[in-house]
Formats: sequence, C-alpha cells, structure tokens
Amino acid sequence: MHTPRKPKLAVWKFASCDGCQLSLLDCEDELLAVANSVSIAYFPEATRAEVDGPYDISLVEGSISTGEDAERIQMIRDESNLLITIGACATSGGIQGLRNFANVDHYINTVYAHPEYIHTLRNVSPISQHVFVDYEVRGCPINKYHLVEVLSAHLAGRRPNIPSYSVCVECKRRGTPCVMVAHGTPCMGPVTQAGCGAICPAYNRGCYGCYGPSEECNTQALSAWWTKLGVEDADIARSYRSYNALSGVFRREGSRYAKKAAAGATNEERRQ
Amino acid sequence: MSPQESKRYRNVKVDYLARVEGEGALYLRIDKDKVEEVELRIFEPPRFFEAFLQGRRWTEAPDITARICGICPIAYQSSAISAMESIAGVTVSEPIRALRRLMYCGEWIESHILHMAMLHAPDFLGYEDAIQMAQHHPGVVKNALRLKKLGNDIMTFLGGREIHPINMRVGGFYSVPEKRDLERFKPELEWGLEATRELAQLLAGFDYPDFERDYEYVAMRHPEEYPMWQGRIVSNRGLDIDWPEFFDHIEERHMPQSTALHSVIKERGAYMVGPIARYNLNHDKLSSDARALAKEAGLGASCANPFQSILVRGIETFYAIEEALRLITNYEKPDRPYVEAEPKAGTGYGCSEAPRGICFHRYSIDDDGIITGARIAPPTAQNQATMEEDLVDLVPLFANNTDEELTWKCEQAVRNYDPCISCSVHFLKVHVDRR
Repeated sequence: MHTPRKPKLAVWKFASCDGCQLSLLDCEDELLAVANSVSIAYFPEATRAEVDGPYDISLVEGSISTGEDAERIQMIRDESNLLITIGACATSGGIQGLRNFANVDHYINTVYAHPEYIHTLRNVSPISQHVFVDYEVRGCPINKYHLVEVLSAHLAGRRPNIPSYSVCVECKRRGTPCVMVAHGTPCMGPVTQAGCGAICPAYNRGCYGCYGPSEECNTQALSAWWTKLGVEDADIARSYRSYNALSGVFRREGSRYAKKAAAGATNEERRQ
Repeated sequence: MSPQESKRYRNVKVDYLARVEGEGALYLRIDKDKVEEVELRIFEPPRFFEAFLQGRRWTEAPDITARICGICPIAYQSSAISAMESIAGVTVSEPIRALRRLMYCGEWIESHILHMAMLHAPDFLGYEDAIQMAQHHPGVVKNALRLKKLGNDIMTFLGGREIHPINMRVGGFYSVPEKRDLERFKPELEWGLEATRELAQLLAGFDYPDFERDYEYVAMRHPEEYPMWQGRIVSNRGLDIDWPEFFDHIEERHMPQSTALHSVIKERGAYMVGPIARYNLNHDKLSSDARALAKEAGLGASCANPFQSILVRGIETFYAIEEALRLITNYEKPDRPYVEAEPKAGTGYGCSEAPRGICFHRYSIDDDGIITGARIAPPTAQNQATMEEDLVDLVPLFANNTDEELTWKCEQAVRNYDPCISCSVHFLKVHVDRR
C-alpha cells in the first residue's frame, strides 16, 4: 500500500503580535490531530526543528515594513505551493498600518533615542501587495476554527467554508438585540466581515471592525447613522482607521472623515 | 542553528531563536572559555505603538496596546486601564477588582502552561518541540493542553475571546457574568489543581544546571495578595516606589543591535522581572498549599537559578488556579458593570504583572481625552540586559561541550525568561563565535 506523503506546513512571521500563529497552539483539542495530518516543517514559535522547503502550505502572519522583509516574502512565495495569510496585519497591514498616515521619521524619533539604528520602510503594506496570496484568513486575531477549516479544506481538496457576510448576520443568529437600534451604541457590525461570532454586541459593546470590511458594505450609510447618533467626525475617522486601516473601503471612509474633521477644526478656528 | 568555526574564535550561531514569541537572534563570540562579546539581537520590525497612540482616544488604549502582544494581552489592557483610571480618579468596586484578577489568573494559567510544557520542557527532556515530546510523554502533553485550555476558557468566558479579549474597559467591564455561570468552572479548576501538582512534581525531577547569580529582582508587592495588577514596585536592593516614580529609577537604553529598548536601574544596572522575581519578593503572599508544593518541589523561599523559572511558573500556575477558585467562590455580581469615567488633562501610570514580568505604561491625555504622549516598558526589554549577563557567566560552565550542545544550552538560557520579542519591540537567533 502506498501511503500519501504528509503535506509540509511552514509558519512565517512579519511585523505582528504573534497572536494569530498562537491561535494554532490555542487549538488545544485539535493540535495533536493537526500535527498528525501535516508535517510541521518550519514553525519557530513552537519548534527548533527546521526542514528546508519547498513547502506545501505556508501560513504568513504580519505585515511588510522593512526592505529585508519585502525580500523575504518573495523567497517564501517561491518556496510555497499554497500561501495563506493569517490575520489583519498580513491581509491589510494591521494596527501598525496607522503609520502610513503620519511621518515615519517623527515616529522613530518619538520611540527611539538613536533613530540611526532603525531601518524601516516609509509605508507598511499587506502581503498581497508583494506576492500572490492564495487565501486570506481575516481578523485581529483570526478565529482559530477558521484556521482549522482552511487547513482541513485544503487537505480534503475543497473550498474553505468561511463567511463573507457582515457581523449583523451573526448577531441575528446569536439572538443578540441590535446595540445600535436598542441602545444607540455606535457599532461597525453592518460593514464588518463576520467570523468572530459577533462577540462585542453580545457583551454590550459596539463592534470595532477587527475583521475588516465585509463584501459590498455601505460605509457611507453607516457613517451617516453614526453622525445621527452624535459621533464626531474625528471619532468616525478613528473607527475606520484602526486594525484594518489600509483595507479598501475602510481606508477611503477613514480618509473622508479625517478630512471632514480637519476642515471642521479649521472652521472652528476661523469662527473664534 | 548551524554551528560554525572561524579561525580565531569558536563560532556557534543560531539565526532565528525558536520557541520564543517574536523574532530575535543571539550572537556570542568566545575566546576559549571566556565570552568576549554577547549580543541579543532583536530584528523584529519596529511597530511604533507609542507614536500612533498619540491622537487616539484615551479609552482606545487598552484595545490598541493589547495588539503589542497576542500572548499577554491582559497585561497590556490592565496596565493601560489602570493608567487611564488614575487620571480620571476612578476607583472600581470590589467585584470588578475580583473579575479583573480572575481574568489575569486565566492569562497566567494559559501563558505559563504554554511556556512550561510546550516551549521550555522540551529543552530539559531533549526534544525539539512539544509534538515530538508528545510521542513519549502523551499524558503530560495531553494534561498540559487541557490546563492551557482551562486558562483560555476563563479568558474567553470573561473576555469574549482568549486573544485580544473585548470585554475590559476603562471603568470596569462592558458586561459582567452571573455567579452561577462562573461556578461552572469549579470542577475543571479542582481537576487543574491536581494536574498542576503532578506537573510540578515532574518538573522537580528535571536536571537543572548548577547555576546561580546574584540578581536584583524587581516585582510588584501588595499588602494582602500575590501581585497581579496592583501594588508598589519593589526590589531586594531597596527599590520601593509608587508607579509615578518608575522612570526616575529605570532608564531605557537604545542599543545598536536592537529595535527594543534595554532597561536598567540607573544606580545599579541590570535587573530581573518575571516569575522568579515575583516569587522571591512575595513568597509570604502565596497560599500555604502553594508554599507547601514549592517546598515539596525543592524550592526554598527564594530561588537564584534562572533555569528553575519553569518550576516557579508551576507554583504560580497552582496559585492562579487556587486564586481563581477563591475569587469565584466569593464573587457577587456587581450592580453596574462599569463606572462612568470622564477625561481630564493629566498624566497617568499603570503597572501589572504580565506572566513574564512587570509591564509598565505611562500616558498623558488632554481635556478631551486625546492621548498626547505614551511610553511603555514591556517585561522582555527589562530582562534583556540580565539575559545577556546570564550568558556571559553560563558559557564557561559548558566550554567543553560541542558547539551543538553549547548552542542549545544558550538558547535554553534565553528561554528561561519566556521572552516575548513581539512585546519588547518596541526581541531572538543564537550565534556563538568561539576561539
């Protein structure tokens, strides 16, 4: 009998908090089963053993922010049959993407006494801006069951079953009353991709958008709602400019409201 | 992790240190049995949290700073919340205080078990990783995974999810649990006490290198309890300060090899934070059962062998489980999940005991609650100078070993500190150069 070779799995890290790759170790009930069905060839957070590429599956965490990293991701793409990004940093730049809206030299001077020791690119960018990405798993952090689903789907040769609708659908399924309608709490759920299980509204708080934009979302309509609830332009801008600030419509809406807020502040000064 | 020989020096090199959180390297140049140069290089890219916190709302700091570290988000959330509450003059009710401590117990259990069983124990037993270890010690790994899940389940129940939980806020929680829902954790916690006792007994049987140093230990100290997120900052050499005095005594130095900042005590130099420091300074605050377990495992009232940090983590895990049981038994649901807090211009300080040591925050905000300044001293940056000093003293003990053995021992010595490089960046590869 011929036994099929186990697929070789590699886990790579760029600028990130390690939380998304930790999700794999947080699969306490599934970890040993996963370890049985794939060969963990490179995963420095968990093992000092290393197997050379090529790899069947590469999981990539983090965003690109240095010249060396921009070169390293090319090497990883060349060595990987399937490249899956895990988490908001890898798919949209993550929270550190906020520096794209500011002067990076000012940032370095703010944090480090010897700015000359720090080598960094002017802009943070998601992995897909550098190489072809086969599949993106969203979230800050990702849902660990999405990771298991993506790996299982690949092993079974089928498409992963991961939602692309909004958090609102998950609230309805969970039976959580709408926090925006019932309590007037500003919520990003209507424009945010589902997957977390709509946890924030279930804990009496508005969604803060950590899974990034859902398909065909109407951010302009949501912003208008928030304005009616009394949210200031600058706070609307801050809400879009958070964990997925560089992501398509979130970026556009964030910039629109940042400009409105700046214009508002200028008018205020003129009146005074 | 490939050993190299150069003409003049013996070179042992590890380009990417494994089983730690984040990216770093270690470079050692050794002339016979003397370390000429040691450099813990951090190449984790800088993420500039202190900079982009400026201009954000004060209430956003707990969720934003949680993203510094996926392994200890509660530490960041707690320190940020304490700092902001001190500016607003908010004091929280006893049940809120208890729930925060329970949340912290969950993080200690999860993080300590992850490090003990999955990242550090394989060094002592000679395995590359926990999955390899599971083939020969299936029961140990299975129980460890179940304990880790227990810690994560507490965080998920109270916080919505284990990584970057969403329920803690300035003033309290968004939503607080019913007592009967918390009581469901009791049977698993009771099991956890026994499982941790067995784990501690296994760890006590490990072969620890005969290696002790004279450290300055720094940890929090609270009059009534083993420290988590309240208490003064004290040391065994006379440091005894309130939070606002932190940067009067602690200096952060920026080294060329690193995107992390090295912390030293201005008057005396390197110091140690984390489980050993906490244990040595707060042994009297442990429960009698935890002290008895420590004694049974061969620990005195203080410990100066960094390799035994794994054993101290075991004692702290036992304590955290006992403490979780106590907190649940005494819990009464508060009338309100949080108290309203209004911003006013000022500077606030927050400190809490992350599993790997004190995590210090300072923020300034304006009257509208907009952050105008932020400074964060994460535990791994505080331990970095001590990790380097350990290696200088450790290498001569293993000078006759092969390069491969020496390299592994140096890696293990760094892993003693459960370094979190993602945190310190604002940290590891091992590279040893021998003559």
